[in-house]
Amino acid sequence: MTTLPLHDPAADARPPAEPRRLSRRPRGGDAVFAQSFRAVGASVLVITGGIGLFLAYQSVPTLRHYGLHFLTTRDWNPEADKVGIAAVLVGTIEVALVAMVISFPLALATALYITEYAAPRLRATLVAAVDLMAAVPSIVYGLWGFFLIQPHAAGFALFLQRNLGWFPLFHVGADPHAAVPDMSRYTASAFIGGVTVSMMVMPMACSVMRQVFSETPQGEKEGALALGATRWGMIRTVVLPFGKGGIIGGTMLGLGRALGETIAVLLIISPEFVIKGRILEIGSETVAALIAGQFGEATGIQLSALLTAGLVLFCITLLVNTLAAVVVNRSRSGAQTA
Amino acid sequence: MTTVAEPAQPTARSQPVRTTLPTRDADRVPAPRLGLGSLPLEQRFLTWGARLAAVAIAWVVVGRLLPVHGPAWFLVVAALANVVVLAVGTAALDHRNVAVSDRVAQWVVSTGAVVVFAALVSVIVFVIERGWPALHHLNFFTKDMTGVSATDPLDKGGILHAVLGSLIELGIASAIALPLGVGTAVFMNEVGGRLATVVRTVVEAMTALPDILAGLFIYTVWIIALGFPRSGLAAGLAITVMMLPIIARASDVVLRIVPGTLREASFALGASRWSTVWHVVLPTARPGLATALILAIARGVGETAPVMITSGNATFIHLDPTTGVMTSLPLYIFTAARSGIPLAIQRAFGTAAVLLVLVLVLFAIARALARPPSTKLSPLRRLRSAARAAVGTARTRGTRPTPSTPLAEEAL
Repeated sequence: MTTLPLHDPAADARPPAEPRRLSRRPRGGDAVFAQSFRAVGASVLVITGGIGLFLAYQSVPTLRHYGLHFLTTRDWNPEADKVGIAAVLVGTIEVALVAMVISFPLALATALYITEYAAPRLRATLVAAVDLMAAVPSIVYGLWGFFLIQPHAAGFALFLQRNLGWFPLFHVGADPHAAVPDMSRYTASAFIGGVTVSMMVMPMACSVMRQVFSETPQGEKEGALALGATRWGMIRTVVLPFGKGGIIGGTMLGLGRALGETIAVLLIISPEFVIKGRILEIGSETVAALIAGQFGEATGIQLSALLTAGLVLFCITLLVNTLAAVVVNRSRSGAQTA
Repeated sequence: MTTVAEPAQPTARSQPVRTTLPTRDADRVPAPRLGLGSLPLEQRFLTWGARLAAVAIAWVVVGRLLPVHGPAWFLVVAALANVVVLAVGTAALDHRNVAVSDRVAQWVVSTGAVVVFAALVSVIVFVIERGWPALHHLNFFTKDMTGVSATDPLDKGGILHAVLGSLIELGIASAIALPLGVGTAVFMNEVGGRLATVVRTVVEAMTALPDILAGLFIYTVWIIALGFPRSGLAAGLAITVMMLPIIARASDVVLRIVPGTLREASFALGASRWSTVWHVVLPTARPGLATALILAIARGVGETAPVMITSGNATFIHLDPTTGVMTSLPLYIFTAARSGIPLAIQRAFGTAAVLLVLVLVLFAIARALARPPSTKLSPLRRLRSAARAAVGTARTRGTRPTPSTPLAEEAL
């Protein structure tokens, strides 16, 4: 039998029970925990974020001394007080563009091969191989490019000049039809540097693209195949549109890496401070290689100039990488809501 | 809807629909079953025929028709001939444009992948092959370059100083970057707040920092501004700056996938936040954290540019990281390769092979740790469980159960 609670007249006399106060604020040991880890996070923020602020602070004297001419002067001649990074910036962009032209189709093809064409039991091995490529030190790629690729690439450069020399990009200041062509004019160029850098950039771009491709909804792929599409038709209409963000973002991440690559470029390219479009010809320079090559004898104002060059490189890579992260994240979040 | 359905009813009633069973035709030849796993015969013929034709065409073209020579040109011509034959063959067999473009696209994608993996193999094979003359001398691993000039034969001197230097610098870098990096990941995941968002953004942006800038930062702060000498410690700090964002970001990803229910269970048992992190979250994420550390070490061991700026170069074993110059593997490779002396270049390749093998081993360890625990028993565990089962049957067969069960378990 159900019993109803009796009315207790004493309860009316008591003040009504107050709800216990709840707070998300940690107390006692939890507060110590939260604060100490907040300190760790803040210190890491100071260390990593400090690089940019520090470079900016150190570049003040240079920018005050040279002003905007720092960006438009070609020479790097501290003795004559003429210091600028116009030629170096152009060289950096040339090397990065050569690297991207080579690595973009390779990265896209490899990512598509792994996700769409490879046998399923091979897939894990291929993914590991691409990750391994990303882990190979850049100095090893530098040796590979300098000793193995350079002779072949110089021969290819000669071939390009002979057959496409009318195109200004492929012109070299040497006679291609000489009995013994001067091969040294075709080495140590932005082209060969770019070929080597492309090997380091490719795995980064490829792994981003592969991840996005593998997130393609299986149902849409099967739908396309069921409607009679060939495999390529399915890739063109489903996988590539879905992975557009990953393709763009991965390419830009690779571009960021290509702009900042140091040691392989330093090993291969012979420094020259001239703005030139002739990428096959000897001599070019990138910002990172400039810093690595010049810091040794740098003192005072020249060190400050190098730090300013570093700041410019920092800003460019930060911009490129942030854009890439935004593009990739946006494509990912779109995948989740769809 | 009902108005549409009603006129249909009389016709259905006038012609009743019957279910008919298909009759079995005993004489009919069964249709061949479609093989879904493999390509049809003519497609396989086309694939292999195109490959054969490509090799034949390349053999004719290279060196006989065109003034180009060498295996590289042979491969290029063969590849191009292959795609042309494939396209023509597909067009002849199957008159649809989509079939042709499917074939060509498959060729393009596969060729791109083959080029990439061939490049990876060529890097590994080339470095190890060129380094072999230096590698097969034992003194290469047990001696340093004290008193050895670059032109001395390969049975003198070695890279022990570079190996030890690399180990010390990486030890310093890991000792600083691991607690800070994991701590940051814990902060981003377990504490949170507005600061955590800022930290996460900055850390993500810094993972792609050009390595030379990390070196430049330490060089100007530690060496120029604070006046410390070039040393292994400075190089270790530069590598720390490189490794810190990598570890923090990878650990962040790992901690994020620790199930929230585990944390809630721990809190419900009355654990404090710190003991939840220490006893629940971090142990759950341990394999992932180990992978993060090892991948960061693999990245750090190959960093040349920051080390070049900060550590200086030594030819002898130097174990004290706080004073004096110290060389490391990548720095030794760089200086030896730049010297232009053939023997030094051979030493550089030998060192590069050592570095490459080191990275390969680290990479293999990282993958083994990252793999989810296998459901199959390892040979050792299988042996133990078999032994336990044997003891169990012996015990049940015995006249009376042995009282020393824990001891028997321990003996195993």
